[in-house]
Amino acid sequence: MSVAAVTARGTRRLSLSWLRLFAVPAAVGIGIAASFGVFQTLAPGPADSGVLNSTFLESRFVGHLALSFISFGIVALVGVPLGVLIAIGARPFRVLVFLLANLGQAVPGIGILVLLYAWLGLGAEPTIIGLVIFGLLPVLRNTVAGINGVDPAVIESARGMGMTRLQALLSVEIPLASALIFAGLRTTLVLVIGTATLGNFIGGGGLGDVIASGINRSDRIVLVGAVMVAALALLADWALSLVERAVVPKRISA
Amino acid sequence: MITFDHVSKHYAGHDGPGAVHDLSLEIPSGEIVVFVGPSGCGKTTSLKMINRLIEPTSGTISIDGEDTRKRDPNELRRSIGYVIQAIGLFPHRTVAENVATVPHLDHWDKQRIDTRVNELLELIGLPPRDYAKRLPAELSGGERQRVGVARALAVDPNIMLMDEPFGAIDPIARERLQNELLRLQQVVRKTIVFVTHDIDEAVKLGDRVALLSAGAKVEQYAPPAELLARPATPAVTAFLGEARLVRRLALIHLRDVRLQPVNGSAPKTTVAIGGTLRDALDAVLRSPDGTVAVVDGDRVAGVVDGTVIRLASQ
Repeated sequence: MSVAAVTARGTRRLSLSWLRLFAVPAAVGIGIAASFGVFQTLAPGPADSGVLNSTFLESRFVGHLALSFISFGIVALVGVPLGVLIAIGARPFRVLVFLLANLGQAVPGIGILVLLYAWLGLGAEPTIIGLVIFGLLPVLRNTVAGINGVDPAVIESARGMGMTRLQALLSVEIPLASALIFAGLRTTLVLVIGTATLGNFIGGGGLGDVIASGINRSDRIVLVGAVMVAALALLADWALSLVERAVVPKRISA
Repeated sequence: MITFDHVSKHYAGHDGPGAVHDLSLEIPSGEIVVFVGPSGCGKTTSLKMINRLIEPTSGTISIDGEDTRKRDPNELRRSIGYVIQAIGLFPHRTVAENVATVPHLDHWDKQRIDTRVNELLELIGLPPRDYAKRLPAELSGGERQRVGVARALAVDPNIMLMDEPFGAIDPIARERLQNELLRLQQVVRKTIVFVTHDIDEAVKLGDRVALLSAGAKVEQYAPPAELLARPATPAVTAFLGEARLVRRLALIHLRDVRLQPVNGSAPKTTVAIGGTLRDALDAVLRSPDGTVAVVDGDRVAGVVDGTVIRLASQ
């Protein structure tokens, strides 16, 4: 095969992957444009000017970002190492942690928030704690599944060649589990961004405030709030997928 | 030299498959010693106790007189090549990176690693130009196993442990790998401990064969020709199965056989002098009059018939 042919094929594959790379932002842009069309058809309400101004929207958007990303950061920093520990560690520990994480997921998000309100009062902190509890399970479950799913022969050969337990974990098991770990992280990120709207109920701020202030009063406000949350969730997931592409070894990605 | 001195491995609760009772054995340097026996006889357990993947319950294993328990297990393992049936190549790393695993752990500099990796890939017949950058998924089963062997040889260990390395490979590729291992051994002269349940493989590869029964009891520890000619116990006879003497013919080279002189014209059926008595037997069975000329190039070195084979095999 000539060099030119190889290059041509390479270029085509590259342009295809670039296309796929920007498919999500493009779709989000189209979605926002379409929503704007819908927005025009809805009747304006008396509350609109108080909510649909850049100062209020920006403050709630930034608040939503903070709630979501702080919660997600905590989930990632706690969930992945905890998942690794459970995967390689003792059974009783594992049963207990999964019991709690399953409980966190099974109880409705609003229920957790109300309980935390009863305990900690209003504000962003109880909201973040609630989101962390709610988002922990997918990360834990996928990390454990990823580490336990590594071919035992690969681990045996790593240890048989003289890698320490930690070396085998860091250079073999975690890289091989990374595709599944990322799948869990992405699930949780979307879950947390969506659920963060419930922060409105206990004074957590965020885009939930926008949606709630439109309910029964203005469809325009509800639409704007909902579209912003949806766009944020899609774009954040997309951004994390870029990190995944850079971090997960090729040919391992599921 | 690897020495097993009254080594036992007991498992709590069940003491069935994999247990080892009081194994004493010496493995001389530079030889291939094959542990062969039925599944569950403790041969793999015995192998893994050498690099301390399994710790003995009692007894001592020493390498060149030094008790392995005195060494750090990870450091010990890095100094011993290890090849398993499932190979266990790292799927996220290229062939070159896989081979470089132990040199990397031993903090070699990059230049030295690259040189060594290229050298090893050449040695196992996978040109670095074509193979270094490939991932394990892009190799055939046989190629993967060769990379596994190269990886085990990376820091030039004196000892190689091979646990049924060719067990999962189709018969044709397996035979080629066996031949390659023998060729490689001519070059590298390692102390190789090789585990298999295939007696043909054991007989073909081993300088010595240890035939083990349940609990890693040594039924017989001898060069393959002796094992086949004089089985020490009924268990050995049973494991060798039928046709052990025919198998043994494959171990006797025609060069070492006293041939009959040519009487008149040489027989039409021929066998090359590089072959074994087994090849000669095959030729005798093909020959119309039961005699075969052994040829060395154009020259006829002598004649073989049934009597010659029978005498030579005793």
